[in-house]
Amino acid sequence: MAIEVRIPTILRTYTGGEKAVSGDGGTLADVLVDVDSRHPGLRDRIVDEKGLRRFVNVYVNDEDVRFMGGLQTAVKDGDTVTVLPAVAGGAGEERAGGASTHVTAGG
Amino acid sequence: MSLAPFSRRSCDRASSLLPVLVIASETVDEIVAHARRDHPDEACGVVAGPVGLDRPQRFIPMVNAARSPTFYEFDSRDLLRLYREMDDRDEEPVIVYHSHTATQAYPSRTDVAYASEPGAHYVLVSTREPDTVEFRSYRIVDGTVTEEEVRVVAALDPSE
Repeated sequence: MAIEVRIPTILRTYTGGEKAVSGDGGTLADVLVDVDSRHPGLRDRIVDEKGLRRFVNVYVNDEDVRFMGGLQTAVKDGDTVTVLPAVAGGAGEERAGGASTHVTAGG
Repeated sequence: MSLAPFSRRSCDRASSLLPVLVIASETVDEIVAHARRDHPDEACGVVAGPVGLDRPQRFIPMVNAARSPTFYEFDSRDLLRLYREMDDRDEEPVIVYHSHTATQAYPSRTDVAYASEPGAHYVLVSTREPDTVEFRSYRIVDGTVTEEEVRVVAALDPSE
């Protein structure tokens, strides 16, 4: 047995289109290093120099690892790791209104 | 210019997909109502549909965990539940929508930076005016924003 790592659409370019790959290791960190050895570049999309990337969610089975041990979360054979990019965005700090071009719903 | 009846998704290659979102008026109303309800916080959600068909069928409003007038984010547990459910139902997120509450309905730098569903239509609604609403749709692929036509229909065509 191994650990199934489920890959979101946007990262399947690293896995040849596969929705899930197999990994091994005692912690999430180990599994990501292991998977990256066969799918180079994938780990960099999930982890940066500070740890788990802010807008990438990683789950072991049903739990967000941020509520467990983060990258040091223990994993065992038969576990499923799921990677899901955050669904996020927003107007941000851009200033409101002001522009004279008022765009209304098209059609 | 009129479009041939086979224009929509007859050739399923991203480069030849016509830039159009076909959406039922009821779904437009649901998205706008959600945006109005959450104003002045940004509203967000998804309209799911069967994988590969480009049919936004199932309206799924989400909680904005950021509860902010300038930022939205799905709660990570809600996100997992949503994607598991879509997977169980052979669905994908056809539309990812959110509202801007003081600015125009155009993707911001933040929106582009975090767009993680290359196959989705990104719908933006602006509730900055009380009496009108802006409802626009975009593709966001590899950091590039392309606006597309929004074609509102009485109901989605029952035939594929």
